[in-house]
Amino acid sequence: MDILNQLADTFFDWEAMGQVIPKMFAIGLPNTLILAVTSGIIGTAIGMLLALMGISRNAAARWIARIYTDILRGLPPVLTILVIGFGFGPVIRELTGSTSPYPMAIAALSLMSGAYIGEIFRSGIQSVDKGQLEATRALGFSYGSSMRLVVVPQGIRRVLPALVNQFIALIKESSLVFMLGLLATEREIFQIGKDAAANSGNLSPYVAAAIFYLALTIPLTHFVNWIDARMRAGRPEKKEPDEAAAVVGKGAQA
Amino acid sequence: MSEFASGTLSAKNIHLSFGSNHVLRGIDLHVEKGTTASVIGPSGSGKSTLLRVMNRLIEPDQGDILLDGRSVLKDNPDELRRRIGMVFQQFNLFPHKTVAENISLALRKLRGMSKEEARDEALAQLDLVGLKHKADARPANLSGGQQQRVAIARALAMKPEVMFFDEATSALDPELVKGVLALMTDLAQGGMTMVVVTHEMGFSRNVSDIVTFMDAGVVVESGPPEQLFTDPKTERLQGFLSDVL
Repeated sequence: MDILNQLADTFFDWEAMGQVIPKMFAIGLPNTLILAVTSGIIGTAIGMLLALMGISRNAAARWIARIYTDILRGLPPVLTILVIGFGFGPVIRELTGSTSPYPMAIAALSLMSGAYIGEIFRSGIQSVDKGQLEATRALGFSYGSSMRLVVVPQGIRRVLPALVNQFIALIKESSLVFMLGLLATEREIFQIGKDAAANSGNLSPYVAAAIFYLALTIPLTHFVNWIDARMRAGRPEKKEPDEAAAVVGKGAQA
Repeated sequence: MSEFASGTLSAKNIHLSFGSNHVLRGIDLHVEKGTTASVIGPSGSGKSTLLRVMNRLIEPDQGDILLDGRSVLKDNPDELRRRIGMVFQQFNLFPHKTVAENISLALRKLRGMSKEEARDEALAQLDLVGLKHKADARPANLSGGQQQRVAIARALAMKPEVMFFDEATSALDPELVKGVLALMTDLAQGGMTMVVVTHEMGFSRNVSDIVTFMDAGVVVESGPPEQLFTDPKTERLQGFLSDVL
């Protein structure tokens, strides 16, 4: 029983958790959300641009999108964050005088998620039946208008679940920005837990951090499942028989 | 008198290849204003491709397309397509828009109508196909026959001079075919110029003014329906008719 008690003390020291939780609410949670939401929005914009380049009829645009995507998806996130944070941080400091690595953290997360989101959008747009483009063009719309008004909106709808999954990944990956050494007020959930654990020698703050992450990610996961199921089954519908069809028009008697 | 501002459509010596596959080999088709031409023939004979060439969804390699006697190959193809309505086998309604929005989209964006004008026009067109009560439904909640009638209304809303039907009833359950054919008959009798690619031999025989039989990218036989159906001259048409009738 000693071992069990020891583990309980290590992971479930309520006092240690109680000390760190207010700080997680006040500083960690807002920062995690700012990092994830901001880079999610910027990443979505980058992703849309990459997807449009990826399906473009211009070969150069397709190549640029391909190379960008291959590189950013192929690197470990921690490497990307370190390279961008430490590599470009000094340049930003020269230009703006700001020493905060926070913008670099957002930039790194945005660039990474943009590569994934670009692939999500591209596959969604390409999965739209080609009859949709044909019908739109047959009405007299240009290629660009047809894509913008009919094809792309449908492509985006069907990848909403994948997009939310990508946002879940961003929430988790935002924890990696601790590597850049953020200021005390900029720290997110993970680093606050890590700092507290280092100071107290007890791992309970990590458990507290875990609970915060799960409180964010589990509902989102179920939200994904919900929209996925709903898109699969469609809204409950009722069809009616087509009897009215026969009596439309004089042709019925012909 | 015609209810529509119909035009006369001619295709002259149309050639089209996809790589080494010579799909259309010198097609001529003339559809007089206010008449209906049906195009019949086995699968893969190039019928559907011919429609797409005549509204320039696909550009021909050679040949000319005339609308009211004037070549349209130098026009902006988007503007040509606004003058030619097209109805597809798979309906191709926009699933993310309501029935009324399916029709009003082109009216707003291409005809410059206000939202209200476009909706009123959409409802008027839906009324003509007997589906005004479905204006705010999604296409997925309609039967196939209803969806195809919406697709016809969507094309008619643009006030086309010619209507193309690409096997418009082939994807429908048998009991739904009748309603769509009745609507097409109505249009033909109302004086719309129509080119109808079809496997419905009854429609081809009873409604069209001229029937064109295509096989392997050429017009094998063309003439009034009575002549083609009762007295086919070529062996290929005789064989085709004995297969399908």
